[in-house]
Amino acid sequence: MTRRCSVLALAAYLLSWRAFAQQGGELHFCLHSEPKTFNPQLVTEEGGETIRYLTGGVLIRVNRSTQELQPELAVSWKILAGGRKIEFVLRQGVSFSDGTPFSAEDVAYTMRALMDTDLHSSTGDSFRSSAGPLDVKTSGPYHLTITFPAPVPGMERLFDQVAILSAHSQRKESLFLGPFCMAEYKAGSYVLLRRNPHYWKRDDAGRQLPYLDSIRLDIQKNRDLEMLRFRRGQLHLINNLDPELFDQLAAEAPSSVHDAGASLDSELLWFNQVPSSPLPAYKKAWFRSQGFRRAISGAINREDLCRVVYRGHASPAAGPVSPANQFWFRAGLKQHAFDPQGALGRLEQEGFRLDGGVLRDRDGHPVEFSVITNAGNKPRERMAVMIQQDLGKLGVRLNVVTLDFPSLIDRISRSYDYEACLLGFVNDDMDPNAQMNVWLSSASNHQWNPEQKSPETEWEAQIDRLMRAQASVSDPRKRKASFDKVQDIIWDEAPFLYLVYKNSLSAVSAMVQNARPTGLRPQTYWNAERLSLVSEVARSR
Amino acid sequence: MKTLRQFVWGILILVFAASLMAGLLAPAPYGQQFRDSTNAGPSRRFPLGTDELGRDRLSRLLYGSRVSLLLAPAAALLSTFIAALIGGLAGYLGGWWERLIMRFIDLSLSLPWLFLLLTVRALLPLNVSPVASVSITFALLGLLGWAGPARVVRSGVRSLTSSGFVLQAKACGCRGSRLLVMQVLPNLKPILQAQFWISVPVFILAEANLGLLGLGVSEPLPSWGNLLRGLENYGAVRSNPWTLAPVLLLVIVMGSLHLVFPGEDYYS
Amino acid sequence: MRLEYGDGIRDAITRCRVAWPLDGCCGGKIRCLTQAAAEVGRQEFREDLLFLSIGWLKPTAGCLRRMGSRLANRHGVIRDKASGMWIHRAARHTATILITVLLGGLLGATLLRFAPGFGVDEQELDTRLSGATIQALRDSHAAERNVLVFYARYLSGLLRGDLGVSRSLQRPISELLSQRIPVTLRLVAFGLLAGWLLGLALALPGAISGKPAHDILPGFLSGALLSLPSALVAVLFVLIGGPGPLAIALVIAPKVYRYSRNLLAQTSAMPHVLAARAKGLSRLRILLWHVLPIAAPQIIALAGVSVSIAFGASIPIEVICDFPGIGQLAWQAALARDMPLLVNLTVLVTVVTLVANSASDLAVSPSSGRQ
Repeated sequence: MTRRCSVLALAAYLLSWRAFAQQGGELHFCLHSEPKTFNPQLVTEEGGETIRYLTGGVLIRVNRSTQELQPELAVSWKILAGGRKIEFVLRQGVSFSDGTPFSAEDVAYTMRALMDTDLHSSTGDSFRSSAGPLDVKTSGPYHLTITFPAPVPGMERLFDQVAILSAHSQRKESLFLGPFCMAEYKAGSYVLLRRNPHYWKRDDAGRQLPYLDSIRLDIQKNRDLEMLRFRRGQLHLINNLDPELFDQLAAEAPSSVHDAGASLDSELLWFNQVPSSPLPAYKKAWFRSQGFRRAISGAINREDLCRVVYRGHASPAAGPVSPANQFWFRAGLKQHAFDPQGALGRLEQEGFRLDGGVLRDRDGHPVEFSVITNAGNKPRERMAVMIQQDLGKLGVRLNVVTLDFPSLIDRISRSYDYEACLLGFVNDDMDPNAQMNVWLSSASNHQWNPEQKSPETEWEAQIDRLMRAQASVSDPRKRKASFDKVQDIIWDEAPFLYLVYKNSLSAVSAMVQNARPTGLRPQTYWNAERLSLVSEVARSR
Repeated sequence: MKTLRQFVWGILILVFAASLMAGLLAPAPYGQQFRDSTNAGPSRRFPLGTDELGRDRLSRLLYGSRVSLLLAPAAALLSTFIAALIGGLAGYLGGWWERLIMRFIDLSLSLPWLFLLLTVRALLPLNVSPVASVSITFALLGLLGWAGPARVVRSGVRSLTSSGFVLQAKACGCRGSRLLVMQVLPNLKPILQAQFWISVPVFILAEANLGLLGLGVSEPLPSWGNLLRGLENYGAVRSNPWTLAPVLLLVIVMGSLHLVFPGEDYYS
Repeated sequence: MRLEYGDGIRDAITRCRVAWPLDGCCGGKIRCLTQAAAEVGRQEFREDLLFLSIGWLKPTAGCLRRMGSRLANRHGVIRDKASGMWIHRAARHTATILITVLLGGLLGATLLRFAPGFGVDEQELDTRLSGATIQALRDSHAAERNVLVFYARYLSGLLRGDLGVSRSLQRPISELLSQRIPVTLRLVAFGLLAGWLLGLALALPGAISGKPAHDILPGFLSGALLSLPSALVAVLFVLIGGPGPLAIALVIAPKVYRYSRNLLAQTSAMPHVLAARAKGLSRLRILLWHVLPIAAPQIIALAGVSVSIAFGASIPIEVICDFPGIGQLAWQAALARDMPLLVNLTVLVTVVTLVANSASDLAVSPSSGRQ
């Protein structure tokens, strides 16, 4: 009898412990850059985006785990007029962090402010498929219709980045609809977020979210120091963990590290094909030759890059879309095979000859060129050195030059005084329409030959046509068909040599419950309102 | 003390000889990546283990010693020479000239020369051979590192020119360049020596920082500077303590040099 | 008839001594010497002559003042006695500091303007931006394109107390500086204190006991530490997990040790110290009462120099150990090509360097040279 009583008591205690454990606590992790602005419409870097994600309320949320759309402040929506109009039905009974009610006016105000051309917001620019005024009509406090001047492909997903501001309040940046509010900010030191007492979301049991009391974000640029603090238990999460640090941590505490598979980011190499660049004519001829580019691509051992530089936490890349992007990934595309002999064959067809260990072109110039990359990024520097050895086996002499970022950007977008460049793409949007400025030959981010007056090659003209085609229809399948063709052309012509898709690596301390790291950003705290901390007292028992 | 000095000389000669004979002593070429054994520990094949790309650490240390031990002193010599020239002129001329030169030196200490280095990088061609990159790196270091030593030299020269024996020499008819060469310069030697030996390790590390601007020794050529930068990966250092070998070597060599060539440190 | 230099000095002194007795009129003595010097016709002869005859002239302060400021400039002993010269010198120092600082700011801005990477923004690589946004980004640098105009505007703002707004951090610069300067000051102050204590603690035992054996271990340690540049010391510190300010202490301590050891050794070899030892005073008493008071001015001069050394070392240490101080700000400003911030920081660094160096100059000169 007493035994059963004690078991029941223990069970009751444990259950209450679980309930107790799910309330309160302060989550502690680091931002790697100082937030430059707290205006959610102007944030562009990691620090500001983290704070926007945690404090901003959005109409539609992309669930990072399932990659499906999730209604947040909008309970339902409809896309009309072939992608030009969107009609929202908003959630009722929501209020801002100071108690003032949320209504369609706030959404209208936010959208008008966002699309103001003088604001130059990058989020706003993603909606701006063409110039022209925006039309927002509210019909009642919870209904509104937004009409854009031209169809916006993949419009719904873009609303994941639009944090709704209050239309009436004077202190626009201090009213929040998200799970947390900005409480304190000490420049260079930390940002403190406290739970939003008026947050609308509740869990299945009816309890108000978030479970956490507060989140403390320290501003720490040094990854190694961050790691030391995580080990000492001062931090609960690390996002974007370095592969080396991942392995060290995995050896010590295997349950705290997570490799969530491929992320959306890729690393790539490209050659300068700008006709007006200050390179000698024979080098320009090499870089413009498809055979040369494909040969170089075939000489690079991507498996080694993944194995050595990323410790196996990366996969060889075939095209611009990584497997993490479930809908847009082209399954049939495989990486350019590692085939040095084949590469040599291709080069010989172009008129190159291997002569005493040195590859020479038709006119006898030894094949020697440089690759620039940004200093301080160790994986890229190491990849460049490995590629140096791979190409050395082909008789090609590669010089690795690390530059600081502004000098690098100056070379690739102003003076065009470079030969090859090794950089990475950081993608947050899964929709390739966000990369329109990369694929259009007239755009400024068409890195190998930007801002062309008219397409200089037939295949670039074809890419232009296909990209415009996918932007003008709203049926996702048709868009995918067009974009698949673009990926095939890129694979064939290789203006970008895709190297690896990096995996999404993160570390989560055992004290955090409910964390399910994903491949998409933000990796560990995408469900911040449902995270909770195990309390110290309970844990020690 | 004498046996200590002999011992220390022995160490120095050993290190120099080993670095000069790097080609014979190194187990593998410094640039060859053994991709199957990255971050390996010491073994028969790799006496100091391998680095994160699988390159043999001992070979890189030997070749890196060659680069740094030959070129950092050359850069230090250049900067000490310029410092002696400018600081000496300031201290000797005195008055209005001295004030002007001292302000010029102070400006040189405060300006962000980073941008000048970036401009130099922009003007240089991207494809330079490793030998050329090394020479350019250390020449730049020598040309930019003279300001601190110049101050010290100038105060040394000042105290010398107003010292009793120089005034005596002047009273006896010694003047101008003869005074400079026979009386001032020989007494300047300890100061210059001290500044030289202080500059050498500073340049070794500064070369690595130039690497952040694209001006350092280019890959795959090793140097103590870029070997020392590998220390910034703290976790790797904890698990592979032999990555500290370059630091140890630097400390031993510089400590020995200080013991063998003690200099007067005039810091005013 | 042109006199030989050395003979000329001796002859002139002899002649004037005969003409003007010991307690005679100062002006008369000066006139006599100046006349004799004019016959030789060389400026340095004139000054050296006057200087060498000071012992004989025994001038008063008023007499010295009449000798002219050029003489006071070259020979610190006279300057020491002519106290009115101090203010004059300090005023001139301040004026030159001001001009140099202004020039430094302008040069810093010019270096940045013409370095590669000016006017580019990392945001340009964001693929979402429209053409208009990118153009707006490029145009935002227009205010900085003309360095002289920018600098003039900056100076006029400075006079009103407005330091401008940082481009890369989007905050007023005065706010940034007021937040970061205390961090750097704390780091430097703590490091200096610890470094001096450590350095003196290493030097004093050797100075007190006088045995060379007590110098071997500190000598090797200091040589080893001197050979490690501050950035490396910082890295090693993070490895062991020690506090950052201690890294600055380790940079200062060996320099303090070597300098004070040399200075104390030199001062201990002076005649009055030897006399005190011969009389049988204890070494500690000799150190405290006879050696230290004489060495004190030079040690104070070293303190001035160690301040600028500590500031120089604080930059790599802040960057590596992630302290939010001025050094880290300067590095970020340089990499981001942030002209308003960088001009302010250059001016600040120039002011600190010049003040520290001028202070050590003013402190050292009276006691330099004449032993």
